[in-house]
Amino acid sequence: MRKVRLTAIMAMVLISLSSMSCKDTKKENNKDNHLHSEINQGKMDISNSAMNSNTQNSVEQKVLTNYIALKDALANDDNANAKELGIILAQSLKSFDSSGFSSNEKLELNDIIENATEQAEHIGYSDIAHQREHFKILSKDIIDMVAITGTKMKVYEHYCPMYDNKNGGAWLSMNEEIRNPYFGNKMLKCGEVKREIN
Amino acid sequence: MKLVKIISWITLISFAVIQFFPVDYNQSKTIPQTDFMIVNKVPATVYKTLQVSCYDCHSNNTFYPWYNKLQPVAWYLEKHINDGKKDLNFSFWGDYSDRRKKSKINSIINQIESGEMPIYSYTVIHRNAIISKSDKEAVIKYMTSLKDSL
Repeated sequence: MRKVRLTAIMAMVLISLSSMSCKDTKKENNKDNHLHSEINQGKMDISNSAMNSNTQNSVEQKVLTNYIALKDALANDDNANAKELGIILAQSLKSFDSSGFSSNEKLELNDIIENATEQAEHIGYSDIAHQREHFKILSKDIIDMVAITGTKMKVYEHYCPMYDNKNGGAWLSMNEEIRNPYFGNKMLKCGEVKREIN
Repeated sequence: MKLVKIISWITLISFAVIQFFPVDYNQSKTIPQTDFMIVNKVPATVYKTLQVSCYDCHSNNTFYPWYNKLQPVAWYLEKHINDGKKDLNFSFWGDYSDRRKKSKINSIINQIESGEMPIYSYTVIHRNAIISKSDKEAVIKYMTSLKDSL
């Protein structure tokens, strides 16, 4: 009998405690979110103004070079290496500065960079199937970026019609020879050269 | 027998103590103009599916049944919500650029199609969040048309 009473008391204490702790933090929530967005804004401002146009060209090259290295890692089915390169690419994308471009181009470039950075970050911690999903979106971003910025290096746009349930996927490469980043060893040669860009 | 008794007391007491640790509840009073459901004309079935199966972790409004307010469930949920909102927040849909919307829709379609979302650890408790085959098709069809319209 004593045991039963003890358990009942314990249960009541528990219930009252948990209902008390429910009320605490609603208010803080909004304030917190606001603070976070302010911090993010601050970060963006720094990266936008830190670069000048002389260094910009090399940033574009760096983005492209890191992207191509990532492409090679995926073609080699190298999940771990692709993770590292995704992180590196995200960093170089973050240092991109669109201030030297016309206002239309700037808008588009900012969208591209923001989207591409997110894809690269995901590649930094995903399994290889996910990496490839994000790489498809990333490739479109980088192709669109190059269309605006141009490139000193000669690059090729390749296309594999089989990837993504035959929706297809494109990528950029320094070499004409196809080495498919979407299928890797499974179908390394699948794909075609769409065009040369330089 | 005595040991069992001690252990169960310790468990019970620590369970009681952790109830004092606060959690940031993911709830806002107003639905912003940037919400997916306001920005887009969403058909009723798709609306319901997204609300029940996605919005808990991918919006600023989580529905909290009583067990979600108990620790350590609330902690566990909090982490999921933060991660979920970072990747996709339907409440701020209107703030995404068209390019970003398209990427998000691609990921939404892929994840729902492959059954990765809603994640198992969520549906194992929230049984009603499991998306039926026909609802799945409806969401994917709607998302595809939305993507093409961007």
